[in-house]
Formats: sequence, C-alpha cells, structure tokens
Amino acid sequence: MKKIKINNNNVLLLITIGLFVVMYAAGCIVYGHKGFTNLQTFLNILINNAGLICITCGMTCVMLTGGIDISVGSLVALDCMIMAVGVEKLGISSPVLMIGILIFGLVFGIVQGFCIAYLEIQPFIVTMAGMFFARGMTAVLSTQQISIVSDALFTKLAGLKINLPFGAYENSKGILQIPYVRITVVVALICVAVTFFILYATRFGRSVYAVGGNQQSAALMGLNVKLTKLKTYVLASLFTSIGGICFCLNTMSGTTSQATGMEMDAISSAVIGGTLLTGGVGNVIGSFFGVLINGTISTLVKSNGKLISSWSNIVTAILLCFFIVLQAVFAKLKERKNK
Amino acid sequence: MDKIRKITKMSLFLPIFSMILIMLINVVYDIHCGNAPLNFFMISVKNGVLYGRLIDVLNRGSEVAILAVGMTLVVSASAGTDISVGSVMSLAGGMCCMLLAGYGVTNVNEYNVPLLVGIGAGILIACLCGLFNGFLVAYMNIQPMVATLILWSAGRAIGLLLCNSNIVYVRVDSFKLLGAYVGIIPTPIIVAAVCIAVAAAVLKFTSLGMYIQSVGINKKASRIAGLNSAKIILMCYVICGLCAGIAGIVATSRIYSADTNNIGLNMELDAILAVALGGNSLGGGKFNLAGSIIGAYTIQAITTTLYALGVSSAQAPVFKAIVVILIVVIQSGPVKDFFKKYSSKRRAAA
Repeated sequence: MKKIKINNNNVLLLITIGLFVVMYAAGCIVYGHKGFTNLQTFLNILINNAGLICITCGMTCVMLTGGIDISVGSLVALDCMIMAVGVEKLGISSPVLMIGILIFGLVFGIVQGFCIAYLEIQPFIVTMAGMFFARGMTAVLSTQQISIVSDALFTKLAGLKINLPFGAYENSKGILQIPYVRITVVVALICVAVTFFILYATRFGRSVYAVGGNQQSAALMGLNVKLTKLKTYVLASLFTSIGGICFCLNTMSGTTSQATGMEMDAISSAVIGGTLLTGGVGNVIGSFFGVLINGTISTLVKSNGKLISSWSNIVTAILLCFFIVLQAVFAKLKERKNK
Repeated sequence: MDKIRKITKMSLFLPIFSMILIMLINVVYDIHCGNAPLNFFMISVKNGVLYGRLIDVLNRGSEVAILAVGMTLVVSASAGTDISVGSVMSLAGGMCCMLLAGYGVTNVNEYNVPLLVGIGAGILIACLCGLFNGFLVAYMNIQPMVATLILWSAGRAIGLLLCNSNIVYVRVDSFKLLGAYVGIIPTPIIVAAVCIAVAAAVLKFTSLGMYIQSVGINKKASRIAGLNSAKIILMCYVICGLCAGIAGIVATSRIYSADTNNIGLNMELDAILAVALGGNSLGGGKFNLAGSIIGAYTIQAITTTLYALGVSSAQAPVFKAIVVILIVVIQSGPVKDFFKKYSSKRRAAA
C-alpha cells in the first residue's frame, strides 16, 4: 500500500475531520443525557442536510475551478415550487416532474456555464442573476405556500424509512428504537461517491484540478479550459436539482422563501472542508464533513435549548473565519517554500 | 457613425442610457394608461411633503446609493465585492436601537441614552466590521468575497443577539426624522446627497481616488511606487463599512424599529449591481462614482416601474435578472470583440 503523506492538501482535510470528531465527542459528553449519544442523532444530521450535501458536491466542483455559484439556494426553492405546483395544480405525476427538474437544472447550468466560460463574465455576477431569476420565477409560479399531499408515490418516498441493522437503542420511555435513514440520505451519499469518483478517476476531474491550479498552464497543456468550466457549472446545477428534490422530500412543500441563504451554507461547508476559493485545492470528502460540522453546530445549539438560534450562525462564522485564516497561512507558507 | 461610436465609448454611456430607457418605458406606460405623458416626472406637494414617482425613486434609492459609494471604492481597490454590507446595515440598526431602548426592551417612547450616542455606536460598529473585512483582505490576502462571507453570516446573527431576537421599536419623533421629512424634502435624499457630496469632494480634492485606482490596477506596482497598498485597501473597506452603517441607520429610522431579520436583506446584491450597472469593471481598477450612483437610482427606478406595472415584489427579481444579464453580456469581452470585428469588416467592405 502506498504511504499517504501529510501535505498542505490533506492537512486541512484532516483538521476538518478532527474538528468534527472533537465537536461531536464534546456534544456526546455535554448533552449525552439528552440523547446526543444515540446513533439516530447523527443520522438526523444526515437526514436534515441531505439536500445540502448534494448541493455542496456540485459547489465543490465549481470552487475547484476557482469559480462560485450563488444561484443554488434559489434553484432549490424553484425546484420545490415546480414540484408543488406540478403535483397540486397541474396533476403531473412526480417521476415526470423529477425528470423535468433535472432537465431544467441541466439547461440552467448550461446557460450559466456558457456565460461564465465563453462570454468571460464573472461567475459571481452571472450566478447572482441566476439567483434573482430562480427566486423570481418561484414567485411567478405561485406566491403561496403549497403543501404536497396528493401524489401517492412522492409521499411514500418521503415517508420511507430505511432501518439500519445495528445500533438499536432504548429511548427514555424504554421503547426500542431502530435507527433509520431516509431515501434522501442514500441519494446524498451516492452523490458524494459519484463526485469523488469523477474528481479522482476521470479525465474531466483531473482537468478540473488543473484548471483551478493554474488556468494558463492548463490551457498550455492542451486542456479545454472553457469546456471544463462549463461542465462544472452544469454539474453544479444538476447536483443542485438532485439536492432540490431531496430538500423537497424533506419539507414536502413549496414556498418563495424556501432555502434562503443555502448557497452560503454550501460555500461555507466547502470552505470549512478545506476547499480553497482560489481553486485547485479541495476534496469532496472534506466538503461532506463541512456539512456535518454545520449540522452538528445547529444540533448542539438546539440541544442546549436556551440559546437563540442565531448562535449557530455565529459559531459557523467563527469556524469559517478560523479556516479561512488557516488557509491563508498555509498559502503564505507555500509561497515562502517556493521562494 | 463616428460620433455614435464616440458617444457609446463614453464611460457614463451605459448608466445614462439605461436610466433614459427606464424613463421612456414609464412615459410609454403612462400614455398607454391615459395618464399625462410626463406623469413620472410630476412632482407636487401633498400633505406638506413632496410627492411623485421621481421623488419616490430618489427617496427609496437612498440606501442603495449610499452603499454604492462604498462598494465602488472596494471593488476598485480590491477587485472583489463586499457581500457583508446588508448584514452590517442590519447590525448597525440593531446596535443603535438596542442602545436607544436598552437591552431586552422592545418598545420605548423615550431614549435610554442620547440619540447621538446610539447613532454613533451603530456607525462605529459598522466601521469596525469594515476594519475586520479590510484586515482580512489587505493583510491576510484573502479573497474579498470569502473574507466578507464571515460577516455576511455573522453580522445579522449578532444583530439578532443584540436585540434578543425581537423587533425593537423606538417611537420617538427625533429618531423617526432620519427616515421621514425635513420640511418638504424626504430626509434620506438629503443624507444620500451629503454622503455622495463628501465622497466626491474627497476624491476630487485629494489624491485618494488616484491611489485607489492605482492599487486596483496593479497592487504590486503601486507598492513599489511607494504606496501603502494594504493600508489603502483597508481604508476602502472601512469607508464601505461606514456607508453601510449610515444606510443601516437610515433604513432603521424609516421604520423606527430594528427589524434585524429584514433590514438590508439582499441589499449587497443591489449595491454590487449598481456598481456593475454604472459601467465599472468588477475586476477592479478604474472606477466612476457618478456611474455607480446613477446605477443605484436606475435599479430603484426599475423596481418602482415594475411595481407601477403591477408586478409583485416577489416577482420583480426575474426582470432584474434579465436586466443584469443583458448589461453584463453587452459589456463582456468576447461580445465586444465580436462587434469590433463586425464593424471593422463593414468598414473594410465600404
């Protein structure tokens, strides 16, 4: 077996995983009596953040090329609204709508990617326009909150519990609880695995890292920089659509104000997971742990019960600050070494 | 033909062109509805205050205009955007109201501390936020968007914490003044005008503007030429924080309460849009303050026009998105090159 060296690229990942373990362990010790040690608490973090995990996968790909996509939160809201309006008002069956949402995500990604890669407009501006567009379209479809109730298959999917064969425990009333996950968690984990495979084992994945590392040398190496960039945005929108469906399965409704600020959750998760916003360095596993850290923080704040929910934002921001400064320090060290 | 080309190359062409376009749409709409054709520009005095759609645009656009001043400098100097301004606005408003009402109190009819202390503290904390952002960008060499992402998330949360997650009402007339009227003129217009005038004067009569541009064009070269690049970038962020603070106080005074969840929501996007609409490159370097300010009011004019056309506030972003995309596509390099090639081909043929 090849020895894995600790270098700049994976030390951030190790710190992230370490932090998650420490944070969770601290939670287990402090809030153990409130059921923090149960396996289900951990699984609930996964269930609540399944959509975010999918989205962060796509976001990581985009950020690896040095870009950014802030349209994802609004796109999730739009996906939910398409689902809600399609099922409740138009009576379309949910599988058709899901395929429709995926195709819409594909087209959305192609348009954004084309503007960014081929028209050379800044990613922030293009995806900001995409964000406005998606959020506005949500309101055009409907300004009311629509609950999804009438599609049997969709309700069944949302209610489906996949029981785990291990980790059963007795709750405070002495009833045996079997830990379960929802179908969305399976989808999210598949997304992580697929992204990992794409980034590490395909030609496209390697070119993503090359483009992010140095665009000019990538171009000189004969890589198609523009096409690679376009593809990452398509991938991001596609993963967002998958995430949107997962999110919808969780909330079972469509509203205009859904998933506000989700883009920043995805970005901060990726940053905490060790992805550099300048591109070239990062890992989808890290992003996955980034989401878990975010989830753990909000669970900790909820477990406390006395703290206002805005504390979870503040703690996330502090962590974000810590990781960003850490990254900057590593970048400086690297620069010094090269000299 | 040459004249047209010259006009389109002027730096203020794009913002003024879009402004005129919006006004034309209004005139067409008024004629269509059977109103007086120049209804948009009509200003009258009703209930002792100025009244009219133009005044409304100027009044409601004040916050974005104030933010646009700071954002222009930040974009120019650091080639990045400060996405925390909306949150900082809310934080400044929250701080101000918390001090004026006292912690944990949600409704007061008289001040807990003098008004100026409240406003001063609000603006001070906004400046501190700017200092924090600036330090990360200038001295830690962190991408502006990432550095300001921290306060984007934390600013509003700290504001909520200060207000104990409540909406704090300060029902005192002198506090309402900033968001209401002085004589017949809406106060926000005056505040915005003062901010713009001060910024314009400083940029015109000192060499700060030139320094900022030179740092934005090439940071290293400016440092070698003897400028303290990091300090200038830091200064831009502090000014941006100051502007966000002032805008936050105005927005708070308008509703005489600190509605921390909603003040300045998505305002950062409007401010960035104003800068882009003003013909400034978001890649830093040369800037045009007048363009940004016209851009800010254009955005407000678009919003007001959309409301007049009967589009709901939730649906308005669709049109905003289309406007943004059209503007940036026209400005983008490859499209410009295409038109240049096209026109030179035509000239060669002739």
